[in-house]
Amino acid sequence: MNSLQTENVEAEPAAGKRPGNYRMHLMLCAGTGCVSGGSYKIKEALERELAKHGLTDEVAVVMTGCNGFCAQGPVMAVQPDGIFYQLLDEKDIPHLVEEHMLKGRPVEELMYTPPAERAAVPKMSEIGFFKKQRLLALRNRGLIDPEKIDDYIGRDGYQALAKVLSQMEPEEVVQEVIASGLRGRGGGGFPTGIKWKTCRLTPGEPKYVVCNADEGDPGAYMDRSIVESDPHVVLEGMAIAAYAIGASKGYVYIRHEYPLALERLRKAIADAREYGLLGRNILDQGFDFDIAIHLGAGAFVCGESTALMASMEGHVGEPRAKYIHTVEHGLWDRPTNLNNVETYANVPQIILRGAKWFTSIGTGDVTKNPWGGSKGTKVFSLVGKVNNTGLVEVPMGITLREIIFDIGGGIPNGKKFKAVQTGGPSGGVLPESLLDMPVDFDQLTSVGSMMGSGGMIIMDEDDCMVDIARYFVDFLVGESCGKCLPCREGLRQMSSLLNDICNGTAEKGAISLLEELGQTLAETSLCALGRTAGNPVLTTIRYFRDEYEAHINKKKCPAGVCKALITYSIDAKKCNGCTLCARECPQHAIEGEKRKPHRINNNLCIRCGICREVCKQDAILVK
Amino acid sequence: MSKLRIEDLDKIAERQKKIVSLRDGAGRVKITVHMGTCGISAGARKIMSAVIRCVEESAASDIVVTTSGCAGLCSREPMMTVEVIEQAPVKYVDLDEEKVKEIFDEHVMKGNIVEDYALAMGGEHTL
Repeated sequence: MNSLQTENVEAEPAAGKRPGNYRMHLMLCAGTGCVSGGSYKIKEALERELAKHGLTDEVAVVMTGCNGFCAQGPVMAVQPDGIFYQLLDEKDIPHLVEEHMLKGRPVEELMYTPPAERAAVPKMSEIGFFKKQRLLALRNRGLIDPEKIDDYIGRDGYQALAKVLSQMEPEEVVQEVIASGLRGRGGGGFPTGIKWKTCRLTPGEPKYVVCNADEGDPGAYMDRSIVESDPHVVLEGMAIAAYAIGASKGYVYIRHEYPLALERLRKAIADAREYGLLGRNILDQGFDFDIAIHLGAGAFVCGESTALMASMEGHVGEPRAKYIHTVEHGLWDRPTNLNNVETYANVPQIILRGAKWFTSIGTGDVTKNPWGGSKGTKVFSLVGKVNNTGLVEVPMGITLREIIFDIGGGIPNGKKFKAVQTGGPSGGVLPESLLDMPVDFDQLTSVGSMMGSGGMIIMDEDDCMVDIARYFVDFLVGESCGKCLPCREGLRQMSSLLNDICNGTAEKGAISLLEELGQTLAETSLCALGRTAGNPVLTTIRYFRDEYEAHINKKKCPAGVCKALITYSIDAKKCNGCTLCARECPQHAIEGEKRKPHRINNNLCIRCGICREVCKQDAILVK
Repeated sequence: MSKLRIEDLDKIAERQKKIVSLRDGAGRVKITVHMGTCGISAGARKIMSAVIRCVEESAASDIVVTTSGCAGLCSREPMMTVEVIEQAPVKYVDLDEEKVKEIFDEHVMKGNIVEDYALAMGGEHTL
């Protein structure tokens, strides 16, 4: 234990002091978003300024994982005051340290001001973005330094592992997880406990535990953020799963495009081995388990269980027919339990606080049937046309409206909400009329979308639904592995039809052909990627059929997006002849005299929209 | 290094909890040292160090030490406010290091207000 303490002293800035004597902790976000915004420069500036005022022994700077409020990064919470600073810049630091850390006067200019409000809101707990969230998988975010295993242990880390190893039989662990109603957070929503049970009962040695951190949906970064802000919770969840099913080897399949998550994961595994929390005879309880990292090359299809395992074995990442279950014939043809990062992150708290506590959060009833409801919380990444882009964790059953408006802060620039895409590229697009729907696995499926891994893309009145559908289908065309025909060819056909609609060359009947293709994909594809690939098209047709019809019948794009169907013109009443648009137009398609209304030559115009962006009079019309 | 046993896990957790509990912003007692320009020139930095020393010596983990600005009564600085959970805050004035120690032992640890140094109980009315 001696060397352990030495290491701690070295790690703390105030050598020789017992940790815990700081009166103030500056929790500076070091998630990928904030780091690219300059967190480390801010850290240096903070340390320099604190030293200047002789505060080094009183105030600690702690680098935390992603805090979720990425839109406002770099962000920093000052504890115990609970003051939240945002959009920090190196040059703000001298003033901030002198005012707040030395004199105790929080600096209002650096606090968060909610859109539509004037006064800055100083406390984290009072900011709408944080207020409605309920943190479970992310319970340690912003509170611990993800690179310090002791910080994790200080928040009850590894206590759940200690509990199962010393007090519970593997069968009891499985029963507890079944009773909790925990369902797979990767998107499928399969009851985790049932998966564990099947894997446990399947004969065959050795068994494997695999963590799926191959997050591939555009706009989704829940798993990355959990690994970055609290890597040990994933390791602990995996170790508990391994004990429950009888495995001694685990793998984390993570994409190589996540360098920071990878670095923290590697450090976490090394630290856990050092403490004997991974390896042989864990906590002296006679249980062996170790974890290795497998780097993925970033193919979307490798998030699918069988393709993921094929890739781990060194084969091409292609899925296989699902009637052969991976819990029976998984990695190297052995019984394998595969769960998502967020699923594992929920496990330690379920063990510590009990299944009953977990079932008190969420929807439905899981006492008789694990499919009977959605329990616990879900992490969503909120992106697109929303004020507070970021990562949020909310109880199951919260409405879309609460997520988008109360937490997300609504739509920027006073625009009108149009739709929200849930579940990534193979999820669905939901309209305003469904905003008051409670969000859980079954509700989302019933309206043609899905939970997916939790990406949520918000769209406003300027987004064309046909164009959005085309975007997702094109993404999937590129990511389809090509093994089965419906997905390979069906998606190409859908893409070509959508292109025709956007270009105004589609014929009547295109909509029903798209629907037929979508249905065929759903019924005949080999894996879930193909089966759900039609969702963006099917849901946009279901909820925005009038937009499709306008494109086909009237050759108009109501949102003003599809270039072949729109024309730009200048409102002569609003134009003051400032010449700005004429100077910026790359085609020199705008002419007119100074201080007199300008005109656009539609033969030259390429509808790039630059004139509309630069016009200060709002005089450019799109029809 | 030796591998951890379950007891060791508890020891680390105990040691860390002190640090991490501060980040919850929750505590049994909150001590605020008023650090306006007036407070600092009257010696509030020394008062702060004394408070931190007291907390350290007591080994208590439920005390939050924080700073705030000038309390408006510059002539009675250095000042500090002691707020025991669910009780009205008490403002102490004209402090020095010995007084801090006494207030800490009596009020913070035992719950007895040190009337000799206290200015007032309760907070100001704000709109």
